[in-house]
Amino acid sequence: MSTHPILAALRRHKAGVILIALQIALTLAIVCNAIFIIGQRVDRVNRPTGIDEANLFVISQQWVGTPEDGAPDAVEKIDSLVRADLDTLRRLPGVESVAATNSLPLFNSSMINGITLTPDQKNSTLSATMFLGDEKLMSTLGVQLVAGRAFTAADVQHQGFRDDALPPSVIVSQAAAEKLFPNQSAVGKTIYSDTKGTTIIGVVKLLESSMVETFGNNSDYYTIIEPVRQDGNISRYVVKTRPGQQAAVMAAARTALFSANPERVIDEDRGIRSFAEIRHEAYRADRGMAILMAVVCLIMLCVTAAGIVGLTSFWVGQRHRQIGVRRALGARKVDILHYFQIENLMIAGGGVVVGVVLAVGLNLWLMSQYEMPRMPVIYVLIGMVALLALGQAAVFVPARRASRVSPIEATRAA
Amino acid sequence: MFAYYLELALRSLKRSPGLTILMVLSIGFGVAASMTTYSVFRAVSGDPIPWKSSQLFVPQIDMWGPTGRGDDGEPPVAMDYTDAMKLMRDHRAKLQSAMYQVSPSIVPADASKHPINVSGHAVYSEFFPMLDVPFKYGNGWSADDDEQRAAVVVISSKLNEKLFGGANSVGKTVNVEGKDYRVVGVTNDWNPQPRFYDVVNSGGFSTGLDDVFLPFERAIALSIPNDGNTNCNAIPAESGFVGLQHSSCVWIAYMAELDDAATASTYKAYLDGYAHQQQQSGRFAWAPNNRLRNLPDWLDSQHVVPSDTKVSLLVALGLLIVCLVNTAGLLLAKFLRRSSEIGVRRALGAQRLSIYAQFLTEAGMIGLAGGVLGLLLTGVGVASVGWVLPKDIAALARVDLMLLAMTLLIAVVATLLAGLYPTFRAARVQPAWQLKSN
Repeated sequence: MSTHPILAALRRHKAGVILIALQIALTLAIVCNAIFIIGQRVDRVNRPTGIDEANLFVISQQWVGTPEDGAPDAVEKIDSLVRADLDTLRRLPGVESVAATNSLPLFNSSMINGITLTPDQKNSTLSATMFLGDEKLMSTLGVQLVAGRAFTAADVQHQGFRDDALPPSVIVSQAAAEKLFPNQSAVGKTIYSDTKGTTIIGVVKLLESSMVETFGNNSDYYTIIEPVRQDGNISRYVVKTRPGQQAAVMAAARTALFSANPERVIDEDRGIRSFAEIRHEAYRADRGMAILMAVVCLIMLCVTAAGIVGLTSFWVGQRHRQIGVRRALGARKVDILHYFQIENLMIAGGGVVVGVVLAVGLNLWLMSQYEMPRMPVIYVLIGMVALLALGQAAVFVPARRASRVSPIEATRAA
Repeated sequence: MFAYYLELALRSLKRSPGLTILMVLSIGFGVAASMTTYSVFRAVSGDPIPWKSSQLFVPQIDMWGPTGRGDDGEPPVAMDYTDAMKLMRDHRAKLQSAMYQVSPSIVPADASKHPINVSGHAVYSEFFPMLDVPFKYGNGWSADDDEQRAAVVVISSKLNEKLFGGANSVGKTVNVEGKDYRVVGVTNDWNPQPRFYDVVNSGGFSTGLDDVFLPFERAIALSIPNDGNTNCNAIPAESGFVGLQHSSCVWIAYMAELDDAATASTYKAYLDGYAHQQQQSGRFAWAPNNRLRNLPDWLDSQHVVPSDTKVSLLVALGLLIVCLVNTAGLLLAKFLRRSSEIGVRRALGAQRLSIYAQFLTEAGMIGLAGGVLGLLLTGVGVASVGWVLPKDIAALARVDLMLLAMTLLIAVVATLLAGLYPTFRAARVQPAWQLKSN
């Protein structure tokens, strides 16, 4: 079919055509960027932590009436309390494993150290999140050792909250190992934190840092485990239960700890939390943003589709007589259908071309303002196809109505 | 005449209910999405202390030098103990306070209850008048109490409710970290958002509130540990809380009240003079690189408004624009469909102006209907942000009269704008041509 009559007809409806094309262009620009934001957030939420999250929960509690932090006997006193607590928890029915730790992936409480390869190196090679825990930590979390050995009870030290002494041995994540010692084995190597050295005895496959604020990249997996029980004002225990027993153990743990030693604070709401809850909370902002963007996209696509239906219906109504004439002169129903479909394709095509420019422009602007990464071309392509398809779907109803116009209309007055 | 136009508009809207509903839905959803995201934006970008924010300043001292600066050359956002104490001792501002976050335990007098944990800040007496903290009972403590390291405490009305059943507790005793404190004041529902006096630790917004305020020097003397962020450029030489005080680690927030620009620049000169003196004495090996920002600038520099909130608002405004373009297109179709009616009215002597009045009335009615729908949807939207957004932010978004009025106004004004071009086209209809073709 020749496009000439379509172009001639469009020229008579310039304003309507421009408005529809503009609407399609704006929709494309915004939807592409919104879907890109959704994609980023989904990627982030799906990042692995490297730990076996099922049946895991965490107890955070604070001591009351223990010696002040930094006092000479404080560390020993608290350490005995901590060991007693670990014992209490281990004896609860349904408990598989218990460990002391300072933090966990996604826990949003972290200790970060600059790591260097020599004691006098000025700028650190990487900043690593330090996890401090006992010899049970790795097995409780289910992190996978890929080189070297795990900690034994003999490796474990205990120290106060602000005591930054580095233990003689540490285990690093594979991401950190590769960054520190590219293309060689990290096991047996010495690394430094503020001039103090320690030896890497093992490498774990994956262990995510505790901060979730940053955008997903390798540095989120620069983690180091120190075999240290940190004996400060706050003690934290991670508990792995047998399947199906988590809720019961979580309830029993509070009672057991209080009856063993009531001189402590375990917050009603946040003192004992399952890892599922920690994960849910850590990604709340990302999920919220993704949902918000999805809702906006959905409304926008519906509005644009409805707009196309509305305007095309108007044009069909307006051209009733002309359609009748064409039908009377021998045009088949399918020709009329195609006419409106091609017309829409041309309008939407124009809109999409402008929209691509706007989408890229919007992305560049967001990059400059809000540290957004560059949008891959695929999002623009998906957006283009989606809007062209939306246009075709929306135009189908009025176009089919047009195709049903009877040739007899040609003889009637407009 | 206006009543007549209203009647005409109603009749016209009834004639094509599908198109009318489409336009109303489009305006309603567009406005509601914008107003919902705006309610969140408004909540997080508001000035927490508008009557005074330009007089409150946050000093920053560059005690780390070039290696500790960010990429933008900014000095640390908090202070170390040495510098904070020097500034407190010099006392150059009208009012000032160093502060740090604490999380002490409170042991209830009733032995059958478990101890509870509260958040709070260790502050100086001038904190309360400087920030105009409202009191339900009593007051802050005195400068004398600061010096004496008196065992006094200011508690929140919420904690007062919990411990004393809401009665006036001034003069009563509270056990904080195992020591007895005399209550001198009870704040009156004071929970400013963003928590502007300690943005570094709260990250701006916080669901919890500060339940206790203790005298700074007493908290230090009793080694009540810092519960907020501690950032170190080098590992402290000594361990424990005392080691932290002797270190260059930063963990103290600081705020000063300076009445006008002249006082502020004098204060800035004092800060630079101090840094210069430290340079001469050899503690700093670099030139002074201090900052003194007033509260709005400080909140801005700390990116207190999350970029997610800004992007959401922008995207929602984009949706509103798409909805308006859509409405403009539909109005154009609707108005031009009535060319013959316009032709008759014009031929019978109606002015162009009357055509404008008639069609803008119709657009306004659609806008009003869309606005009413928008009100309902905004209500639903604001109620449901609690499900999707982080709690600390979602809790701040609320519907008020201002938001409702804005929703209606924006709906009507935007629809009138969208209706301008279609009306212009309608008013240009040539009566002769229309009459002839009929």
